[in-house]
Amino acid sequence: MRRLLLAIPTLLVISFIIFAILDLAPNDPTGNLPMTVPPEVREKIRVSLGLDQPMHVRFGMWLIQFFVNEPLNILHEAFGISIGDATERTRILSWATRSPVIDLIIQRTPQTLWVVGLSYLFGILIAIPIGIVSAYKQYSWFDQVGTFISMVGFSVPTFFTGMVAIIIFSVQLKWFPMIYDTTLSVDSWQNFVTQVKQMIMPVSVLALYNASQLSRFMRASILDNLNLDYVRTARAKGRSERVVLLIHVLRNSLIPVVTLIALGIPTIFSGAIITEQIFRVNGLGQLLIIAIEGADIPLVQTLTFLFAILIVLFNLIADVVYGILDPRIRYD
Amino acid sequence: MLSQTSILKVENIVTRFRTQEGQVHAVNGISFDLKKGELLGVVGESGSGKSVTMMSLLKLLPMPPAEIVSGEANFDGHDLLKMDLEELRKIRGGKIGFIFQDPMTSLNPVLTIEYQLIEPMREHLGMNRSDARRRAIELLEMVGIPEAKNRINDFPHHFSGGMRQRVMIAIALACNPQILIADEPTTALDVTIQAQILEIIKRLRKELGMAIIWITHDLGVVAGMADRVAVMYGGNIVEEAPVFELYSNPKHPYTQGLLKTLPNMKGKRAERLESINGQPPSLHQKPVSCSFAPRCSKTMERCRQENPALLSRENNHKVACWWNPN
Repeated sequence: MRRLLLAIPTLLVISFIIFAILDLAPNDPTGNLPMTVPPEVREKIRVSLGLDQPMHVRFGMWLIQFFVNEPLNILHEAFGISIGDATERTRILSWATRSPVIDLIIQRTPQTLWVVGLSYLFGILIAIPIGIVSAYKQYSWFDQVGTFISMVGFSVPTFFTGMVAIIIFSVQLKWFPMIYDTTLSVDSWQNFVTQVKQMIMPVSVLALYNASQLSRFMRASILDNLNLDYVRTARAKGRSERVVLLIHVLRNSLIPVVTLIALGIPTIFSGAIITEQIFRVNGLGQLLIIAIEGADIPLVQTLTFLFAILIVLFNLIADVVYGILDPRIRYD
Repeated sequence: MLSQTSILKVENIVTRFRTQEGQVHAVNGISFDLKKGELLGVVGESGSGKSVTMMSLLKLLPMPPAEIVSGEANFDGHDLLKMDLEELRKIRGGKIGFIFQDPMTSLNPVLTIEYQLIEPMREHLGMNRSDARRRAIELLEMVGIPEAKNRINDFPHHFSGGMRQRVMIAIALACNPQILIADEPTTALDVTIQAQILEIIKRLRKELGMAIIWITHDLGVVAGMADRVAVMYGGNIVEEAPVFELYSNPKHPYTQGLLKTLPNMKGKRAERLESINGQPPSLHQKPVSCSFAPRCSKTMERCRQENPALLSRENNHKVACWWNPN
């Protein structure tokens, strides 16, 4: 509980830092307008966006909008509970699209969750067994092959493997579509197949990347435990190798791995920005890139801050999970 | 009290480790036998091969790098060293129990005492959970853990070192083993706790009647408990005799030296404790000569050319030494 309260000032400081950095950055929301637009008009646009106000006022406005107005709106739309007048409340508006930032984010989230989230899940499901086997059979051919693949998967960036995958499977073999179609609604078997087809490449490219990192970590963690005394004790009791490995060793080895997995979940949302870009998945990552390119400060600010919240939140969750898995740790 | 039938007969075990720096000859042909209900003390300095010998019996060594080159270990009419893992598992924890040196690391930190204690019973006795739990509580009471009923759900970190070692003893004895191998069970404990653990073992031995192999480097501990003592040096047993005979009439120069290093309780206190000069042997060379020869005061030409075998002399005394005072 104390830690939860501590998270609040942390987040406030983070939000201020993000705001300050974005404010100090030399960008101009009118910079993308044609050269023919005269300076007076540009100035008016800036005033209409509220940029004439001093920084602390703008920061205060943003805080109120983010922490009070938007949550009330979500309450109103999701559950029909109205507190105050919804139409009176100002919302965080995107400078580029003039629509509420939160609506944009809500639109983009499902794509990211599906593609990046699934790849994370698959990555974990592949990595843990591979890590276990390659640790238990250290230096076997399986371990050697696994080491090689994960070195490649880890050190070759996803924009490269993604491109290679596109060239091979879309351009040459024509198995999968090159562009992810978000408008596709899964209402028939055929559309479902298309959906799966278009997800295969981005998901597997990201899953490979995630798995290669995690499997190395899993392997190292198992190896750390395999030579400890309690493993010998378990064997001296007559337990089978299976039980020794999957109960005694795994329970201990999973502690750091699960923490790592929990800490990695926010990266799902910040969403493999580059991979989304390559496969044209219009998720949160792509939204952030577009916002940055268009100097859409409210959108960048809000997205970045949401990621910050997730990171702080999952740090807390990781701590809690750690406490559950490791009986030696208790939080009061 | 002692019967003469042996329960474990070990012949000529040779265990090596393959390392980057070449082979380590850890155990070089060890033979001994253990009678029913007997307590055999195995004494030697660090690296003399005590633990490796006993762990070789149940293949508890990491293999590789360890490799059991040859030998026989007859237990219950079967050779332990020829068993496959499945057969050996029935022996481990079932008929032969093991206690290890460091109780702080020998228990799994994330599993409850109950779980770790009922494991051997479920494995070997096929007990269901509630029966095993009842027996586990009995066992904890037997090794002197107060409020066993409440403490059984605790985790190892709730227990002190001495208490953990009691738990280890309870685990090792859970299935009424015929042999208990105790690998320096008191070395990591402080002296008062040591005394308590020794008392527990003495009492349980009387109650349960199992044979015990007690590995230690503490001559004092062995003197008070053992029926017979084997002294190890450089991967060999150099002397073996009933406990009184060994202490009153040591025949190997190494044993003589060891006994001289103990402070004398009677008479005038010596200025300095005696010590054995020199270093323990490097185990990288093949044992073609007596490994104690470089440190021995009685070294002869033959000691450097041939490794003496362990041979019987009078009074059930066995010595591996070319030098014979008689």
